Amino acid sequence: MMSATALSQMRDIYLPQKATVTEIYSMTETEKFFRFHLEEGEAFDYMPGQFMEVSVPGFGEAPISISSSPTRVDKTTFEMVIRKAGNVTTALHALVPGEPVGLRGPYGTHFPVEDAMKGKDVVFVCGGIGLVPVRSAIHYVLDNRDHYGEVTILSGTRSPEDRLFTEELYEWKTRSDITFLETVDKADARWGGTVGVITTLLKRIQINPAQTVVVICGPPIMYKFVLLELRKLNIDNSQIYVSLERHMRCAVGKCGHCQINGLYACQKGAVFNYADIVDVKEAI
Amino acid sequence: MNTKRVTEKEFAAWVEALIPSHTMFAPQAKEDRFAFDRLTGSADLRLDYDVSILPPKKYFLPQKEVLIKFDRKGNFESVIAHEPFVLFGVHPYDFVAMDQLNTIFEQDNYDVHYMARKEAATVVVSDVQNASADVFAGCMGYATVEERQGYDVLLTRLDDGSYVVDTRSEKGEALTAMLSNAEDADEATLLRREQVWQRNREQLQKHKLEMMPEQIPALLEKSYDHPLWAEKAELCHSCGSCNLVCPTCYCFTVEDEMNWDMETGQRYRQWDGCMLTGFATVTGNHNFRDKKAARYRHRYYRKGKYVWDMIGEIACVGCGRCISACTTNIANPVEVFNQLSEEQQ
Repeated sequence: MMSATALSQMRDIYLPQKATVTEIYSMTETEKFFRFHLEEGEAFDYMPGQFMEVSVPGFGEAPISISSSPTRVDKTTFEMVIRKAGNVTTALHALVPGEPVGLRGPYGTHFPVEDAMKGKDVVFVCGGIGLVPVRSAIHYVLDNRDHYGEVTILSGTRSPEDRLFTEELYEWKTRSDITFLETVDKADARWGGTVGVITTLLKRIQINPAQTVVVICGPPIMYKFVLLELRKLNIDNSQIYVSLERHMRCAVGKCGHCQINGLYACQKGAVFNYADIVDVKEAI
Repeated sequence: MNTKRVTEKEFAAWVEALIPSHTMFAPQAKEDRFAFDRLTGSADLRLDYDVSILPPKKYFLPQKEVLIKFDRKGNFESVIAHEPFVLFGVHPYDFVAMDQLNTIFEQDNYDVHYMARKEAATVVVSDVQNASADVFAGCMGYATVEERQGYDVLLTRLDDGSYVVDTRSEKGEALTAMLSNAEDADEATLLRREQVWQRNREQLQKHKLEMMPEQIPALLEKSYDHPLWAEKAELCHSCGSCNLVCPTCYCFTVEDEMNWDMETGQRYRQWDGCMLTGFATVTGNHNFRDKKAARYRHRYYRKGKYVWDMIGEIACVGCGRCISACTTNIANPVEVFNQLSEEQQ
């Protein structure tokens, strides 16, 4: 039996830490960029691919992927790109710098930047705002460029207006030590690039299947088509990592909302090794 | 620890004496059914209840519970319950369910809100005196809890109205201290108690499971694409009644509400249910379990496989509440498991 005093010293897994919005700007019609700074308390150690629960007091909490890399910002700063879609994200979009939020986390698994990806060729496949968490891994890899082989980034959006981090996309495109390809589902008059779904880009790259690790993140519909294409390229399932979106309400494996069959996505994911979930029916 | 035999009169006097000095929750009549509620007089205690409308887990995981207080300046503060209370007259199958939740909320991320309530409780289990219409705890191995740990006192009513009061813990000792002068249960009394247990194991089987409960996980393993899920779910209204009466359901949602001052507020959790349409929906309206059949199947897999994989027990204790609560008569777990099993052969 535990005494009341001992209990009150246990960490409350639902308690957010106070943080402040330090920067906010619009990236597209529906997405805004945010930078949050933790006010006090302990800094959060995080890795690319993890997420946080972001609170707006009075509106609630939403799980949001971290878009910054621990290689570029200190552990009290978090960058996120948030789509205005629900109650909490609408409240987030109404914030201005200096206003408070709550942060809880970081949660979930991460992209294997320090293990499976090391020494390997890396292919990032991003659809739409799937680029947001993957950007963290891309920064991490670029900041430790010597630790990896060939780096390929494939990015697709619905239209040119939906492209995020356009300055960074330009930088990646012009760098000689990475291959960057992008496409849009639907072009406008100014778009001079590739048109078509993300799998169009997969057909254009040369890879060494035994030596390559692939990271996929995008809308739910995207995965099976990308995986089909990867099968044609003979990449083993164990060399594929997918980040799966689910409703991570509590983020601590209790509330049940994020379950993929028996797996709590907030605990065993959001980043899964594809070989581990290839037989999990609700996964893809 | 001790085991006493207490006469009906002594028993009532004991309960009456506990009431002024303890916050007690116990089964009482509610119209023609029974519910756990605050006990204010021993005459209201109905240990002869068949089943309570809601399971007593509501005292460990309340329907709505404030987790955190906050203000708009971004200060957050935990709200943790510590007031001691006595949960009196819990049926064995409901205790098993609570014991399972105890493990789930304690392991892999200690839930201090749940655990504070659990630690503040003295749990008095009472063997079933009258079987409910749909109980099948006997088939699940949860008709009795004589070999299980974790509760504080076990009450068994014998035919003559006397009670065997079996004290199992220090908290239990504090509660039963008043009975120290009662006679110790002799062997004959313990034998009579064993007979009650045997009777309950046999009689709490209003629906007959045609397999050992331990076989359910393997059965489900093979039944994912069985037509039964869609057939049964065809009639499902997605009302969530089966979730809300279930003693082992523990899914919840978390919401904020502001106070009238519009400066302060609280974050609370509230029971949720995987049978409700939007349970697995993410922002942007993508529902990862948009078919009724998928939600219906998920619930049975939670009970018979997913929780089994987490804690090694079947998370259906055989209380039968879902069977009684379902308006379209599709929620009988025994029927589901038997049918899956028949069609496997």
